[in-house]
Amino acid sequence: MFLGQALGLSAVLFSLGVAGVLLRRNAIVLFMCIELMLNAVNLTFVALAQLHGASGYVMVFFVMTVAAAEAAVGLAIIIGVFRHKQTVDLGNINLLRG
Amino acid sequence: MSAYWVWLAVAFPLLGFLINGGLSLRRPQAKNVVSAVGVGVLAASFLVSALLFVQLRAHPPHQPILIDLWRWLPVGSLQIDMGFQLDQLSAVMLLIVTGVGSLIHLFSVGYMKEDPGYARYFAYLNLFVVFMLVLVLGSSFPVMFIGWEGVGLCSYLLIGFWFSDKVNADAGKKAFIVNRIGDFGFLVAMFMIWHSLGTLTFTGMVAKAPAILPAGSATVTAITLFLFLGCTGKSAQIPLYTWLPDAMAGPTPVSALIHAATMVTAGVYLVIRTNVLFALAPLSSTVVAGIGALTALFAATIGLRQYDIKKVLAYSTVSQLGYMFLGVGTGAYASGLFHLATHAFFKALLFLGAGSVIHAMHHAYHATDSHADAQDMRNMGGLKQYMPVTFWLMLIATLAISGIPPFSGFFSKDEILAAAFARGETNRIYLLFYAMGVTAALLTAFYMARLMTMTFLGSNRTGERERGHLHDAPWVMTGPLVVLGVLSAFGGLLNLPPFMGGGAALERWIEPVTAPSAAFFRLQMPHGSTELFLIGAAVVVAIGGLLAGWRATLQRPIPVAAEAPADTGFWRVLYRKYYIDEIYDALIVRPLVWLSRVILWKGVDQGVVDGAAVNGTARLSRGLGWLGSRLQTGQVGIYVVLFLVGALWILHSVVR
Repeated sequence: MFLGQALGLSAVLFSLGVAGVLLRRNAIVLFMCIELMLNAVNLTFVALAQLHGASGYVMVFFVMTVAAAEAAVGLAIIIGVFRHKQTVDLGNINLLRG
Repeated sequence: MSAYWVWLAVAFPLLGFLINGGLSLRRPQAKNVVSAVGVGVLAASFLVSALLFVQLRAHPPHQPILIDLWRWLPVGSLQIDMGFQLDQLSAVMLLIVTGVGSLIHLFSVGYMKEDPGYARYFAYLNLFVVFMLVLVLGSSFPVMFIGWEGVGLCSYLLIGFWFSDKVNADAGKKAFIVNRIGDFGFLVAMFMIWHSLGTLTFTGMVAKAPAILPAGSATVTAITLFLFLGCTGKSAQIPLYTWLPDAMAGPTPVSALIHAATMVTAGVYLVIRTNVLFALAPLSSTVVAGIGALTALFAATIGLRQYDIKKVLAYSTVSQLGYMFLGVGTGAYASGLFHLATHAFFKALLFLGAGSVIHAMHHAYHATDSHADAQDMRNMGGLKQYMPVTFWLMLIATLAISGIPPFSGFFSKDEILAAAFARGETNRIYLLFYAMGVTAALLTAFYMARLMTMTFLGSNRTGERERGHLHDAPWVMTGPLVVLGVLSAFGGLLNLPPFMGGGAALERWIEPVTAPSAAFFRLQMPHGSTELFLIGAAVVVAIGGLLAGWRATLQRPIPVAAEAPADTGFWRVLYRKYYIDEIYDALIVRPLVWLSRVILWKGVDQGVVDGAAVNGTARLSRGLGWLGSRLQTGQVGIYVVLFLVGALWILHSVVR
């Protein structure tokens, strides 16, 4: 039915997410971009589930669960970083520099 | 008693070493036990040796008795047994080592009585006897090598016995290091024998050598020259003799046992043992005889101008060992062994006599808190009056070493000179060796007369207060001297030549051992008028030397050591031993130290190994790590880009 459109939309969303991750420096925005990529993938699963059976739907629930957990942990880290450095700008967060 | 019990002869001293070694660690003050064990095991070993000797007489002479104890090194086709070989040669050596060894052990009881290291001393001395017996009994080169190295170790331990003085420790090190050079020759010779003959046992060597090695071939010449290099180290011949005079730093009985009577004769024993090889290599035999004659003469000249009583005897030992090599290099193996035996008697007597003198001098100086040199003959003089027993016994030894008939040294030295003269008929250079030997005999008589005169005759120079403390040693010390005196006087009977009514007993006894070489290297000893002429010449030379030495020494008063003016001219050269030590130091030791320090240590070790290899590896990995760390910017964006590139690349390669 709308398979082509659904996949096309999913690709556009995913690319937006990737571009956001690559280009934005605010940790919250970056985080939201990751969520965008995850949901783009979810859209792909749902679209393809029409052809390949219910496992696609099941996978979507998995991704949502993991995304929720990831959101909790990720936000906690961001809050922790903010408390430490008074900023969430990634340009200033480079503790791992060798 | 079965000959199998030959291992007992070795086991007794080994037991003594273990007991005394244990006592020296736990109960160093238990001197009575130490003496009983130390001397007792030697006496037991001597008894075993005597029984074995009797046993061997009943045995067919041309079959050595082989006793294999266990298989030692089974490596492919190389099968080495820990085995002993009892034959005429090893039996004689066995008797000399344990017999003279027992006497010297007994002497040590008195000499070392007050030494705090008494137990340690006897432990080392027992261990020395163990290794010496392994050396003479070993049935193959490797077993002999155990003894060869072991006696070197004990020699080192005993030279440096009073190691708290750096001089003594240095002398020990010198002996050990110089001997290593000789051991290298022994090892190379052993490898070559294995390579060419495929066997390392003496019986195998005797059986195979004449068939495999052509007479005069380069191989056998090289083997024997390398063997002889080993001999020059152990038996103190030119060029490796320098360690022996320094070895006098050890206790005097050690000088008598190790550095006069037994260990230093190991080289002579080795040449006799491998006589078949030396007979196949006439060039090597000539080298042996030549080095022997040269050493005999050279060392005798140094002995002329030494003041330390033990130094004179040390150079005398080097010189006498030269005679033995002259003998065995001439092919007169029995004569070499004969001189080895008589030398063991009279030189042990001389050293022990000197030990008694030093003992007395030391006590006299100790009683008056004087610090004068107790070994310097210039501080002695007139001791005959205070130590008559020692004097008369040492006089016997002096006459024996000078070659005055009928004392033992006369027979053995005369045989060697006669043999060299006889060999001169076919090979002219041996006449030169003969002349050198006769000259050395003259010098021997001279320096021995000088030693006796300076020590025992004339007026006493020890000091007014010290004089009263001089006296003969106790019986535990003079007893062995008396036995050695008897042996020195009558040792010539061992091998009395036929024209004096003897049957050359030793020569016939040793014949089975020297038989393999007799075929290629026959020596026709002179007979009749030539023999008498040679004897007459030798006796005239000896008497002349003795009288000259006596007269020259008594001629003018001798100043005590502390007031003596320095020697001048050639005397100074002799006193400084031709500066050989200095020359070796400049030519070998210092370049070697320089090479080790500047090139090997500072250059190779610190520069290449530490600098380039060790620190270089560290620097390289640190550099690579630094490069890797440049990737870790800490910028999440960069990580994401890299991650994306990686993910796309994987995706690309999977999908494709």
